[in-house]
Amino acid sequence: MRLRCCLSFLLILLFSGNAFCQVYLTKTGFIGFYSKTPLEDIQAENNQVYAILDPASHHLAFALLLKGFIFPRELMQEHFNENYAESDKYPKATFSGSCSGEMDLSKEGIYQVVIKGELNLHGVTRPIETTAQLEVKNDRILGTAFFKIIPENFDISIPEVVRGKIAKDIDVKVRTVWMRSK
Amino acid sequence: MKTRKIYFVFTCLLYGLQTEAQDQLLQSLKDSLAAAPRTEYVTGTFKALYIVNMKTIEAPAAGALNVEIQHRFGALNSGSYELFGLDNATLRMGLDYGISDRLSVGIGRSSFQKTFDGYLKYKLLRQSDNNGRMPLSVSILSSMSYYTQHFPDKTYLNSTYRLAYTTQVLMARKFSRLFSMELTPTLIHYNLVPTSADQNNVLALAGGARMKISRRMSINVEYDYLFPNQVVSTPVNNSLSLGWDIETGGHVFQLVFSNSQSMTETQYITQTPGTWSHGDIYFGFNISRNFNLKVHK
Repeated sequence: MRLRCCLSFLLILLFSGNAFCQVYLTKTGFIGFYSKTPLEDIQAENNQVYAILDPASHHLAFALLLKGFIFPRELMQEHFNENYAESDKYPKATFSGSCSGEMDLSKEGIYQVVIKGELNLHGVTRPIETTAQLEVKNDRILGTAFFKIIPENFDISIPEVVRGKIAKDIDVKVRTVWMRSK
Repeated sequence: MKTRKIYFVFTCLLYGLQTEAQDQLLQSLKDSLAAAPRTEYVTGTFKALYIVNMKTIEAPAAGALNVEIQHRFGALNSGSYELFGLDNATLRMGLDYGISDRLSVGIGRSSFQKTFDGYLKYKLLRQSDNNGRMPLSVSILSSMSYYTQHFPDKTYLNSTYRLAYTTQVLMARKFSRLFSMELTPTLIHYNLVPTSADQNNVLALAGGARMKISRRMSINVEYDYLFPNQVVSTPVNNSLSLGWDIETGGHVFQLVFSNSQSMTETQYITQTPGTWSHGDIYFGFNISRNFNLKVHK
């Protein structure tokens, strides 16, 4: 009898962990990257980032299409897709991880958190850790983060001729407005 | 004892699920990303606006200006006195501008018969492979050439006689990351031809391909087939050209070998007297530089 109780209790736990009734979701997240050198400034912005946040488990994930990055210069965009990101071979970039720190995402407030997880880009997965801010307001969560990545860490090779035009570390900005999904 | 075992198994399962939950979140995102319908146009079918002499389906983006310098030395078989052609040169300077992402316009001036040319090119169809919608990219080209060189023995050459028109349907497909091919049915109209045996309307079929040898280099080949019995009074051979594209940022540098010295459609297709086998090979290059006059949205 006790065993049955335990079992059913555990089963309930299992299923509750499985259900995403309370997740926050967006399909219009923003990720931009910026490279500044004396020779050239490069920027690219993607406003079609898919992101999901589970406020109970503090897990979160991002996914985007590299072809969704818009450059002010069309030729740069073509070169980015053709020569650097190789978007036809590796169309997606993803992040999966969790946030830690003092927060209660069921209450309104601004929380400074640390996000740890794995970034997959150009077929390479690397651990990423960054500080971020989560702001819970009106049933929405506003997330912002800022970090740097090194293209070479993701096997993106930069030829010598253009090395001076591309920064060693690329600044990445993330901004999402998560809505509670039904 | 038995209960403990079951506890243990379930705890393990729970832990497993915890880490899996992260992956599940990501998987659900990937699924919805894959489910979203969107058309992705194939880009970078060719690196430059020219395979060698033939125009590609590519066009400058809206608001982008391309400066093109095409240069051909003299024929390789002209001997050591002419340093195998290096003493002579034919040059075409051109500007290509993107009015919209589909429509572009170009002008050029070539030293061969002091020729001016201009064209309009419209991207009619764009290859989009992600759901098999459009297997080809098709651009329509309409160009005009006007040679201004004086011929003292041909005083009758007025401006009408000096004009010629080309219509091309540029059809290309990027078969893979490395290989693209273009096929171009061509119709050229000359207002004046040398004899009545020559045709005013000339049909040709041009074909070209590129094979990438690295991310920034490719080998190109182009062949322009002129249907027989159209150009009769002057010696003519089909134009065969080889190119090596090297791309460095905003530049594309193309090293070329061709049996054609001229670089406009109305000339290289129907006025190529030499052949590769006799050493009538013109070495040269195309250099293109892209300038952005407007911010791309």
